[in-house]
Amino acid sequence: MTTNENRDQFRPEAHPNDHFLLTTVVGSYPKPKWLNRAKELYEDPDHEFDAEDWAEAKDDACRLITDEHERAGLDVVVDGEMRRNEMVEFFAHRIEGYEFNGPVKVWGHNYFDKPSVVDDVAYDESWLVDEYEFTADAAERPVKVPITGPYTLANWSFNEAYEDDEALAYDLADLVNEEIEKLVDAGARYIQIDEPALATTPDDHAIVGECLERIADSIEEDVRIGLHVCYGDYSRIYPEILDYPVDEFDLELANGDYEQLDVFTADEFTKDLALGVVDAHTAEVEPVEEIKENVRKGLEVVPPERLVISPDCGVKLLPREVAFGKMRNMVQAVREVEAELDAGEIAVPATSQRSAADD
Amino acid sequence: MTDLVATTPGLFPLPDWAKSELSDRKGHQKGDLISGDEGPELQDAYDRARTEVVDVQTDAGLDRVVEGQLRWDDMLAHPLAVHDNVETRGIVRYYDNNNFYREPVVQDDLTFDGDVAAELDAAAERVDDGLQAVLPGPYSLADLATDEHYGDETEFLHAVADFLAGEADAFPDVETLFLLEPSLVESAPDEGLDSEVPEAVTTVADAVDADVVVHPYWGALDEKVYAHLLDADVNAVGFDFVSDHDANLYNLQEYGATDDIALGLLDGQNTLVEEPEAINERVDWVFDNLPVAEFDTTYVTTNTETFYLPYSKFEAKVEAAADAVALAETEVQA
Repeated sequence: MTTNENRDQFRPEAHPNDHFLLTTVVGSYPKPKWLNRAKELYEDPDHEFDAEDWAEAKDDACRLITDEHERAGLDVVVDGEMRRNEMVEFFAHRIEGYEFNGPVKVWGHNYFDKPSVVDDVAYDESWLVDEYEFTADAAERPVKVPITGPYTLANWSFNEAYEDDEALAYDLADLVNEEIEKLVDAGARYIQIDEPALATTPDDHAIVGECLERIADSIEEDVRIGLHVCYGDYSRIYPEILDYPVDEFDLELANGDYEQLDVFTADEFTKDLALGVVDAHTAEVEPVEEIKENVRKGLEVVPPERLVISPDCGVKLLPREVAFGKMRNMVQAVREVEAELDAGEIAVPATSQRSAADD
Repeated sequence: MTDLVATTPGLFPLPDWAKSELSDRKGHQKGDLISGDEGPELQDAYDRARTEVVDVQTDAGLDRVVEGQLRWDDMLAHPLAVHDNVETRGIVRYYDNNNFYREPVVQDDLTFDGDVAAELDAAAERVDDGLQAVLPGPYSLADLATDEHYGDETEFLHAVADFLAGEADAFPDVETLFLLEPSLVESAPDEGLDSEVPEAVTTVADAVDADVVVHPYWGALDEKVYAHLLDADVNAVGFDFVSDHDANLYNLQEYGATDDIALGLLDGQNTLVEEPEAINERVDWVFDNLPVAEFDTTYVTTNTETFYLPYSKFEAKVEAAADAVALAETEVQA
């Protein structure tokens, strides 16, 4: 069986099957209700619940969700982003050059604190090293670190200081590179860059590519770098994205019922595929059989040694028990598919296509 | 000498207290958005918010004061989203922005509603003169909606125009009507439909005894679309000089303009607040580049709606527009 060292460094020693399809999550996970309550208390100036209590509450939530991921059986875990509020805001608070002027509308009465870049961005305090070290210490399994990508950090901010968003994105990419170097020094082996903004502005794929070149610069080969791109018209960025210096693409395909799968089989998928197999936007837990079918869709694109399985997207908006149910069923489905692969019961279209092409 | 008029295209952000109060009262889900028949508590909250944004405009010294369109949860799709014969479905993207609205699906005749007129009546109580109405232009509203009733693109466009004319006819006295037409840029009408647009716009414009400005934004109109639009019976066409000054200037140079003009010179989607001097330099730049620039009235405005901004920055933009025009007038006198 062909191996994939970069991915297989995360294979558990006690893995039950010969085949291994790495299971993980995209990142965010529903916060326990008590954590939101603790935040309210912390923000209430009249309450004695102080910064130390709030820090302890976040630590507890990180331990809890990391453990919940392990109980679901995931091979690589995340802390569910318990310390983060929102994917741009969290980082903007830690980067020099940003300021906040108040909430802006997304839709209806859903708002976010969209920051403004008012000066050249600069690296100040570390963004995620403490978070990583804490989670790695709490976890038995390897830990993945999701980071909002520079293109999204630029695109989802007001740009007051730079000539255009492209120039801002490149400066931010250099900061992301600096942060990843620190994370790697701290022991991180699996980094995921989140670029949801690329789905809405696919014409900018070359800018994201240049950002990733800067991010990957001087990062050791064996550190796994993934790129998560949310639902969008993937035909507008594929196959161009195959040139990006990343090991893995994490794609949202269950939400669209795999209608876009053809996009990825038209040109050979030369990277690892992290395939979304459960929908992050429906509150029903998909049955194991249904998820298995979705996993097999991935084998139409890549052979087993290059397949990673995850939910479509971050699951933070789902009820927590639904999120857990999806993770657990997802892992069970994957282990069953692995066993069927071991037994030779499943054809792997991606492999046979490639052999035919090689002939 | 052109008469400079400081104004906005409306659709303001809610004051921060109203964001929290209304989200607590209404909720965060699709079904919680404005329906057009909200109860007294919600009405009261919106009344207080409206009063605040009207005061922001009058205190700043804007020449035209809008109602603010704070109830327009679905942005420009609002007049249809609250209509009885329209069903609202999934959340869809609002142009190229990171904003979403409920897709309005027209199921039956677009009869008179009166929702926008009621808002203007409320605003009129606080505005002595210079009240400005804001409506989506017929093409943009038809473009944002889905038709499951009229069955024909042209017929639907004119039905939407007739509906908007009915709404406009019920308005209290207004000085100006802005018809926002971003779809004319973002998804320009195909051949055939483009020649129907001026008639549809005229239908709405003729319903009010006021100056009418058709304001496209997010770039420049395709020249053919622009040439057609000049056939509409309106006082002014607007130009988004923030997004694309070259193409807009080209249209003006090649095809001329209406008697009045609206210049989108402040960025409605960026927190960087323009200096009044810089705004006036941009006005001069436009006029200096036109062979003939004898407009009766020149509206100075943000290029887009301002609900994209934090509330404090919206206030600053309103002040900047008003200050720019005040400064220009002082310089003329001196």
